[in-house]
Amino acid sequence: MLARAWAETAVLTAGALLVTLALFGAFVAARGLDPLAVYAALYVGAFGTWFSLEDTLTQAAPLMLTALCTAIPARAGLLVIGGEGALVVGGLVTVLAGVALAGAAPALAIPLVCAAGALAGGGWIAAAGALRHFRGVNETISTLLLNYVAIAIMNHLVTGPMRDFEQVLKPASWPVGEAFMIGDIPGTSIHRGLALGVAACAAAWVLARRTTFGFGVDVLGGNERAARLVGLPIGAMVLVTCFLGGAAAGLAGAVEIVAVHGFASASLAVGYGYAGILVAFLARQNPLAVIPVAILVGGISASGGLLQRRFGLPDAATLVLQGILFVAVLASHALHGRLRAFRARPA
Amino acid sequence: MTPAVELGWWGVPIAVVGGAIRVSTPYLFVSLGETLTEKSGRVNLGLEGTLVMGAMSAYAVAYLSGSPWLGVLVAGLAGALLGLVHGAVCSLPRVNDVAVGIALFLLGTGLAFYLGKPYIEPSAPRLPHVSLGAWSASPQVRAALEINALFVAGAVLAPLLRWALRSTRWGLVVRATGDNADAARALGHSVAAVRTLATVLGGFLAGVGGSFLSLYYPGTWNEGLSSGQGLMAIALVIFARWNPTHCLWVSLLFGGATALGPALQSVGITSNYYLYGAAPYALTLALLVWSSSPKQALAGAPSELSISR
Repeated sequence: MLARAWAETAVLTAGALLVTLALFGAFVAARGLDPLAVYAALYVGAFGTWFSLEDTLTQAAPLMLTALCTAIPARAGLLVIGGEGALVVGGLVTVLAGVALAGAAPALAIPLVCAAGALAGGGWIAAAGALRHFRGVNETISTLLLNYVAIAIMNHLVTGPMRDFEQVLKPASWPVGEAFMIGDIPGTSIHRGLALGVAACAAAWVLARRTTFGFGVDVLGGNERAARLVGLPIGAMVLVTCFLGGAAAGLAGAVEIVAVHGFASASLAVGYGYAGILVAFLARQNPLAVIPVAILVGGISASGGLLQRRFGLPDAATLVLQGILFVAVLASHALHGRLRAFRARPA
Repeated sequence: MTPAVELGWWGVPIAVVGGAIRVSTPYLFVSLGETLTEKSGRVNLGLEGTLVMGAMSAYAVAYLSGSPWLGVLVAGLAGALLGLVHGAVCSLPRVNDVAVGIALFLLGTGLAFYLGKPYIEPSAPRLPHVSLGAWSASPQVRAALEINALFVAGAVLAPLLRWALRSTRWGLVVRATGDNADAARALGHSVAAVRTLATVLGGFLAGVGGSFLSLYYPGTWNEGLSSGQGLMAIALVIFARWNPTHCLWVSLLFGGATALGPALQSVGITSNYYLYGAAPYALTLALLVWSSSPKQALAGAPSELSISR
């Protein structure tokens, strides 16, 4: 029975992927390009060489974490799309913590710095959860607005109070400190944040599937009235799932600081939060499925450069591909339970 | 006539009022479109993408044809097309309209950037405006009272839409679909068709709102053109309680909040420029917190709406 449900999901997702590729193929064919050559380049740019695979995995790391920002609250029936803002806030607080802890032993300070970022992101989204629970403010709209507030705060800080005037090319904050950079996984150029992303997804899966709390959250997500009637602590569940989701996105911001940039700047807000929403929906809000889906979506982003160089496609081509994929996957949800091959046969 | 009367601090409120009229136009069109869509019982969160797509297509068509009004029309049609995709996908069973909106937000933005790449450099003809400030010697006052033609159209459309929703047969069908789908079905109307049509028309209006961005103010096309006006307009509909004439007043309020940063900059206060940029978002959030209630659905909310349940 379970195997059949898995097969159905796999077939429908693969079908949505094929439809997406067909539509995107028609799209590039309209420009006079050969769709098959574009698909080939898409594959090479994403997974074809060791270098592109490294790039793909580096892109996938923050996507896994921002996807959890949507996927964890989604289990409680909330639609949170504030990953971008939580990532930015997490990155800013990481820099502040790094500056405050300057000179401390890295082995102690690095976890603290990352935890500060996660805590900040968690608080950011938990605030939206609190507004939802105590004031009835729709969490989708509030988290979306908070994204813009976070980006405005970041622009304010990196051009003013936190500005590092040694950085002349673009406004950027003080550095977090060379000693606190976590570096790459040995033997590769993939930063260690990937391990954090995989670990966070695994932990979220255990929480969702193997604990009483996760079961209660699923009840709340399935039927709020039932959850109320059996006396589940709904407010606590809303706040905790929002906090955990936000903490994952805040951790993504921390990783961007301590593994990639070293300082906060506008390059924190490059859309990982929004692509994370796509990853969460593609994975059907399942934390374990987030891992392969993030690699797939990361691959699409990573291949953008090659598509641009080889075919002169604008860099937004990968955005178009992601958008079509998103719509196709949502439409494929309509077919769940409708295909005869996957229906349970009467005993 | 003395040239350029020194206004000093009075320049700030004048610039805010002028900015309110100028900046409110995209809010107005998107919120009117979203009001119509939500009255039918569906939410389209993708209007930000529609706005950007409208801005791009209006600019491209105005540049290629030389006619800004043709650009406005094509922007509306592009928005209607995105609305049709939203309406059609949401008509399938068990599809979440909020999620489809987010998907179309990403797709619309991506499409606009993809197709709009060649039009970032050239300059297109702009939309005309009406000058109501000729009596004043002050250039600031005259600039503030340059009313653009699209704002006038929107200001006329708002009461018209309110009347149509309240007093026509069509309006009744839309409201019935939004308040009780079963009742509408019992009356013999196709719920999916009514909602899809309302989403298409809403998309058309949002696309027209986008054309304002590229053809009047700021009046160019680039990838940073819209900064979430389409999203704020959706929150604005809630605050306006799904009432089209209220959308007009709330849009002006939002326009004023958006114009605050540049207005203060014009009198030399530049230190917290980016923080003032957060003002419209923070204002939206504050108004939402203030006007929401955990106990019951909001007054005036269509009861079939997924975000108000």
